Amino acid sequence: MSVFPDAVGLFFHRSASPPHFYALADRFIPWLTVIFVVLILAGLYGGLYLAPSDYQQGDSYRIIYIHVPAAWMSLFIYVLMAIMGGIALVWRIKLAEVMLISSAPIGAGFTFIALVTGSLWGKPMWGTWWVWDARLTSELILLFLYLGIISLHGAIEDQRNAARAVSILALVGVVNIPIIHYSVEWWNTLHQGPTVTKMDKPSIHITMLVPLLIMAIAFKFYYLIAVLQSAKLELLKRESGSQWVKTLLENQA
Amino acid sequence: MTLQTFFAMGGYAFYVWSAYGITFLVLLFNILSPVLLRKQLLRQLSLRQKRGNR
Repeated sequence: MSVFPDAVGLFFHRSASPPHFYALADRFIPWLTVIFVVLILAGLYGGLYLAPSDYQQGDSYRIIYIHVPAAWMSLFIYVLMAIMGGIALVWRIKLAEVMLISSAPIGAGFTFIALVTGSLWGKPMWGTWWVWDARLTSELILLFLYLGIISLHGAIEDQRNAARAVSILALVGVVNIPIIHYSVEWWNTLHQGPTVTKMDKPSIHITMLVPLLIMAIAFKFYYLIAVLQSAKLELLKRESGSQWVKTLLENQA
Repeated sequence: MTLQTFFAMGGYAFYVWSAYGITFLVLLFNILSPVLLRKQLLRQLSLRQKRGNR
């Protein structure tokens, strides 16, 4: 007896098989792209135009609309990768391995964006591009973890061994995530404390908060599009000799 | 608000627009690179398949 109803189990079983996943990705990508474009335009309009200037920081604060959502994504994607790593190690599901390694460059991209936009915000506000404070340093370590995962995967020839090594690294590195999150509370840092996630009373005005949340959701949709595109490439690489890829090639020719 | 004051970003134009520009480029790269690499791979695979069929 399965915990899930048969239909749900069947859906996951079929979706996790490479040819079905490939077709499913093709079907979802256009819709995800439409939703992403609508959200990003709304978020940019709200953040760059509608929202008022900050009374202390002027218009420089508008970097928040990419800085904070990108930083959230850098943590979110890493946690997802660690979960995929756990699934790959325990159940040996090929799709979990593919999703793990496909997520790594996107996570690295968001971490890079968080660091660079933070630097571009820090220069006019703090007077420096960079300080070795706890938040900035732990986020930089996150970038190295992402790059480490990418290069470790590239360095091991055998696909299954590479996936196992990368899964272990992703799981071990997850200790850095709470360190990044709580760094502004545990240490006395130059980086400011949280303004949004204080749910009882967010210290940010609603006209500034709404575009920020829209941008955060837009970045989630971006991740879905990007990860599906990379996963399609990764699946083709791994399964290039299989029957479904041969059929795919015949159909497109 | 005129277009000029919008782009001036209250004197922070360099910081704000560099941040948005770099973000745009990184996000674009992470979409385009898998798409282009996949197209290239599909071309190679279909060439190999045609040779194999002969």
